[in-house]
Amino acid sequence: MRLRTRHLLGIASLEADEIQLILDTAESFAEVGTREIKKVPTLRGKTVVNFFVEPSTRTRSSFEIAEKRLSADALNFSAESSSFVKGETLLDTARTLEAMVPDFIVIRHSEAGAPHFLARHSGCSIVNAGDGAHEHPTQALLDAFTIRRRKPLKGLRAAIIGDILHSRVARSNVLLLSKMGADVIVCGPPTLLPVGVEKLGCSVTHRIEEALEGADVVMALRLQLERMSRGFLPSLREYAKLYGLNRERLRRAAPEPIVMHPGPMNRGVEITGDVADGEHSVILEQVTNGVAVRMAVLYLLAGELEGEAAS
Amino acid sequence: MPTSKSARVMDADSIVRALTRVAHEILERHHSARKLALVGIRNRGVPLAHRIAGLLEKLNGHRPDTGILDINLYRDDLSLIADHPILRKTEIPFDVDRSKIVLVDDVLFTGRTIRAALEGLMDLGRPDWIQLFVLVDRGHREVPIRPDYVGKNLPTSRTEQVEVRLEETDGRDEVLLLREPPEPETKSEQGPQP
Repeated sequence: MRLRTRHLLGIASLEADEIQLILDTAESFAEVGTREIKKVPTLRGKTVVNFFVEPSTRTRSSFEIAEKRLSADALNFSAESSSFVKGETLLDTARTLEAMVPDFIVIRHSEAGAPHFLARHSGCSIVNAGDGAHEHPTQALLDAFTIRRRKPLKGLRAAIIGDILHSRVARSNVLLLSKMGADVIVCGPPTLLPVGVEKLGCSVTHRIEEALEGADVVMALRLQLERMSRGFLPSLREYAKLYGLNRERLRRAAPEPIVMHPGPMNRGVEITGDVADGEHSVILEQVTNGVAVRMAVLYLLAGELEGEAAS
Repeated sequence: MPTSKSARVMDADSIVRALTRVAHEILERHHSARKLALVGIRNRGVPLAHRIAGLLEKLNGHRPDTGILDINLYRDDLSLIADHPILRKTEIPFDVDRSKIVLVDDVLFTGRTIRAALEGLMDLGRPDWIQLFVLVDRGHREVPIRPDYVGKNLPTSRTEQVEVRLEETDGRDEVLLLREPPEPETKSEQGPQP
């Protein structure tokens, strides 16, 4: 069993057995994270460029820790410090990075498809760390890993609530969970639900009560106010009132629901503080598991890359 | 089953006898199984470690701790092989610091697996000492590693293969020596050879 790709561009290009392989492999790396010495020599001598054209703290730190725990050398290249602001094109920047002969480029970009573009023009493995409103595959993988440790994915009912329109996390999660046999329902105000979202393999509702009914997993998404140039919402207060996840509403969910949030949270808007910190919340576990899942992705892609180079 | 291309070099009885002898040797050297831990290297070292632990318990009344080690993250050939091996979990449920460990594996060949296992164990703590048991030592070492307890010394040529089968993983206990495959008689069914 191996990954049939040398890049991780999105969940869309993964088959169920590949997802399974990544999640199983992540279990081994989760064990490494519990040791006193949380480092293995596996990717010694490999170089990873973390190319973050859009601000990100948690995803970049998570990748950086994953790379360091695998003994790879990590180089951070971010939007503020890059020549992007000086007018260089993505292709020229990619060529410059390429000239440093890295083994991986982890890319976060505000434009959908930027990782795919890089994959076509670069010889190394590309990992998508979020491209526009398109995909965020490692987030969906770590969410699935977190869920799977508590409930089997097959037959699960998952509700994803909030700003679906701007959310790559929602898109990757819908794709992944439906590929693994879960029932997914997305919920949000009509202005924040993309047209045709049901084609991804989920059902759709505008009523949070309907979404929560019997849900095993409840995923609240952040309102991405920085992407909202026009009037998507009357007010934050009204949004919180109609779509905020609170203790009262959570009672409709299945027993022992799993409450998730990809972060960063707007407390009191999409989720109340008591639910975010409550006994069903796995929000911090998601962060811990992110490192193990990213280690698994790098490990599996590294094997693949060498295989191609050898043949 | 043994065929013309393979020979059975150990059967179920000789495996039991070898493990029993080694259990006695371990007790002879250490007087008791206390503070002793057996760590099996995946995959077939794991059932062997459990069996020796069981034998020690019978002889001595105390069952030593057992653990499982997956050495794949410590391999020295990861950049040379196409598919990274499937990872399984390492499970060491005891404190490695100041422990006395007998590493257990099925076949000792180049010694590189054991080198990786030593590095993996040292990352988990600082044992007082580590010894090595292998069921079959087939020679051809590439690093300076030597076993402390051996089930059977088996001189082999490099092209031969040693296959250990165990009840727990393969449904039967035996060790086979597989000779190198003969020249294809007629056309190969595997497709053209390079």
